[in-house]
Amino acid sequence: MLTAELLEEGQHLMTVCNACRYCEGFCAVWQAMETRTVFEEKDLNYLSNLCHNCSECYYSCQYSPPHLFNINPPKTLAKLRVYSYELYAWPRPFAKAFHKNGLLVSLLTAVILMVSINVASEMMGGRLFQPVHDGNFYKIIPHTVMSVAFGVVGTFAALALLVGFLRFWRNLGESYASLVNPRTLFQAAKDILTLKNLDNDGDGCSLPSEASSESFRWLHHLTFYGFLSCFIATTLGAIYYFILGQHGPPAYTSLPVIFGTVGGIGLTIGPIGLLVLMKRRNRQIVDESQTGMDLAFIMLLILIAITGLLLLVLRQSSAMGTLLIVHLAFVMTLFLTIPYGKFVHGVYHSGALLKWALERSRQPTVKVKL
Amino acid sequence: MTHHVSAVDVLVVGGGNAAMAAALSAREGGASVLVLECAPKEMRAGNSRHTRDLRCMHDAPTKVMSGAYTEDEFFKDILSVTEGKTNEKLARFMIQKSTECTEWMKNYGVRFQHALGGTLQLGRTNAFFLGGGKAMMNAYYASAEKKGVTILYNAEVVDFDITDGEFHSASVIIEGKPTKVSAKTLIAASGGFESNLEWLKEAWGPMADNFLIRGTPYNKGTVLKRLLELEAESISDSKEGHMVAIDGRSPKFDGGIVTRLDCISLGIVVNNKGERFYDEGEDFWPKRYAIWGRLVAGQPDQVAYCIIDSKAMGKFMPSVFPALEGRTIGELAKLMKVAADQVTATVKAYNDSVQTGTFNHEILDDCKTVGLKPPKSHWALRIEKAPFYGYPLRPGLTFTYLGLMVNERAQVLIKGGHRFQNIYAAGEIMAGNILGRGYAAGIGVTIGTVFGRIAGREAAEQALSRTAPSHAREEAVAHANS
Repeated sequence: MLTAELLEEGQHLMTVCNACRYCEGFCAVWQAMETRTVFEEKDLNYLSNLCHNCSECYYSCQYSPPHLFNINPPKTLAKLRVYSYELYAWPRPFAKAFHKNGLLVSLLTAVILMVSINVASEMMGGRLFQPVHDGNFYKIIPHTVMSVAFGVVGTFAALALLVGFLRFWRNLGESYASLVNPRTLFQAAKDILTLKNLDNDGDGCSLPSEASSESFRWLHHLTFYGFLSCFIATTLGAIYYFILGQHGPPAYTSLPVIFGTVGGIGLTIGPIGLLVLMKRRNRQIVDESQTGMDLAFIMLLILIAITGLLLLVLRQSSAMGTLLIVHLAFVMTLFLTIPYGKFVHGVYHSGALLKWALERSRQPTVKVKL
Repeated sequence: MTHHVSAVDVLVVGGGNAAMAAALSAREGGASVLVLECAPKEMRAGNSRHTRDLRCMHDAPTKVMSGAYTEDEFFKDILSVTEGKTNEKLARFMIQKSTECTEWMKNYGVRFQHALGGTLQLGRTNAFFLGGGKAMMNAYYASAEKKGVTILYNAEVVDFDITDGEFHSASVIIEGKPTKVSAKTLIAASGGFESNLEWLKEAWGPMADNFLIRGTPYNKGTVLKRLLELEAESISDSKEGHMVAIDGRSPKFDGGIVTRLDCISLGIVVNNKGERFYDEGEDFWPKRYAIWGRLVAGQPDQVAYCIIDSKAMGKFMPSVFPALEGRTIGELAKLMKVAADQVTATVKAYNDSVQTGTFNHEILDDCKTVGLKPPKSHWALRIEKAPFYGYPLRPGLTFTYLGLMVNERAQVLIKGGHRFQNIYAAGEIMAGNILGRGYAAGIGVTIGTVFGRIAGREAAEQALSRTAPSHAREEAVAHANS
């Protein structure tokens, strides 16, 4: 729930910042702010999701603590962001998952791991620990079981994300029709895919510490494109299976394996790097209540990537069965928690950037040069 | 017990733009440099943390400024704001040197906004720091640390050991401990005295109690006072400075930019008797904002109120405090605690005298009053559309100009025409040499940067040369610099 204090904190922030505007050269948040004079809840929902948490503004701020005005944009906007995640969550009761998210995801991971290992050993007995000579996963878990289980959960997750996004979009006062505008979609895609708002003309941003650095941006790129590459690998795998009818394990040189391997490496290095940045972050700009959520998501990605890579290397050994069960248990946890964890930041950041692209296209006189 | 800090070549007192420009420049010259900043680290950098831009001469567009801003135009602007109270030789020298500033600052990690970026109106004459003055100072400090400049915080200089015009050491309270710091040269870059309320009262009388200080609470003027007592030649006057009208609800210190109000030319201003006292539409706001602090200071209790109606709302930069709001002028007057009938009468008299014209805030338009005293010469629209809004005003002191007289080498002069052998000054403490009064946006940082660099270079050179420079060599350097 958006408490009165948090609403007031957000409005105080925007009132001081809009009267100052020294940060207007940094990122989209400040440029979008300047087109407003009133900051209602929906404006804060928009601006907080436009913030990439780069923190340049905090160190530049003449009003940051110990100043009386106590201005801390990254922290206040982070608090508002997580509130907005709850606001848009679908189905509603699941919004509670954003509280103690780290604990919840960890418990879910443990439960799913235990259940899958138990069920698998119950059903397969010693066979689980026998090497599968051609490395065919489907000899451990039949393809139908795998595709149905992940298909159903994945579809639900996608639906939940979509509903959340549409709720966000409507809450910002935008119509569904404004979603389909090729020029703004292209502009937003550019901002999203390049993380332009973490760039500052190539200087990067103040994460983990005051000195500007590009590390956050590059590590996020590794993570994001690693994830994307793994997603492509899975899609290609499905195409190979259903359309090309290749039911055996794909060769090391096949496209699914290449995409999966490259993605897995990105998804290992990126999140581990992000973990290191998280550790080194200036605590003053962190909303500690979200650390569990961030950590749970990053850890899941790392575990999925490492078990996935191991699975590829050891697919003909006796460890394959167990590894596969463990890997899929992690993936299943991720799928289940995608709409109720850190993953959603991507959806709402993208939505905010799309709105920002729209706002720019509507106000050609507003100068937006960064 | 007094501690001793090992002697350095160049001692810089202060922690703002001028001090750090001096420190970095002295380091460039190979000197060992110690910076004594009296504020704690989080509040370092004096008034520079509230700045945003500097004014620079340029003959063609640069990456950070549009168009051209020639020496003559720059000097004309200085003449106009100071009403001639400037040292032309020093001012022109500063203007010429201002061309080097942005590139030099960039070398130390200072970042600028692109020319014309954002909603800036001064994009031609001024270069804007990306993130503002605190970001600029953070870059300076990071560079200084990297280059081996020693910086001490919570270090307040309270006295100097000076004999026959030669500086030997400074008495400093460092983290509460009395310490003696010896150095071959001294650079005073410790700002003015605007946060010294006692001194302000001496200068202004009891009305000073009602002033708000827009910047740092650490500019007590201790160094300035001590050097003046030690026979330094003064420049300007203790009542001169940069004073603007800011929101009366601002904190006593450090309110900075967000406390400014840009709606005066869109409405009328009354004192607490409910009477107008000056032409609100005399000239463009950027040319007039610097006089309103003094105007408000001249009113009873140093308070005034700007009144606008709904037509004007939203046509000026938003301010940090919400406007007082009334459905009638009387209701608004009650919120302002000013006699309602008097304010209502003033607004009526004003409205009755407004001539219909074509309102245009971008030009000196023909909307004016006729037969009203004082008149409103431009942008006069009737205050008639409810709700009505009011902002309380108080004088907001930004800089003081009473300072140390210097020459083109930033050397501090002694009464009677001589100079100290090894004392230099830069920044607000000597700004009065250029700005005897008045202000134009961004000049403070230009003065600090230009004279900071010169002071640093000169001090380093002097400290590193074994003997004091010969008279002939001095002449040569002076010639080279002119």
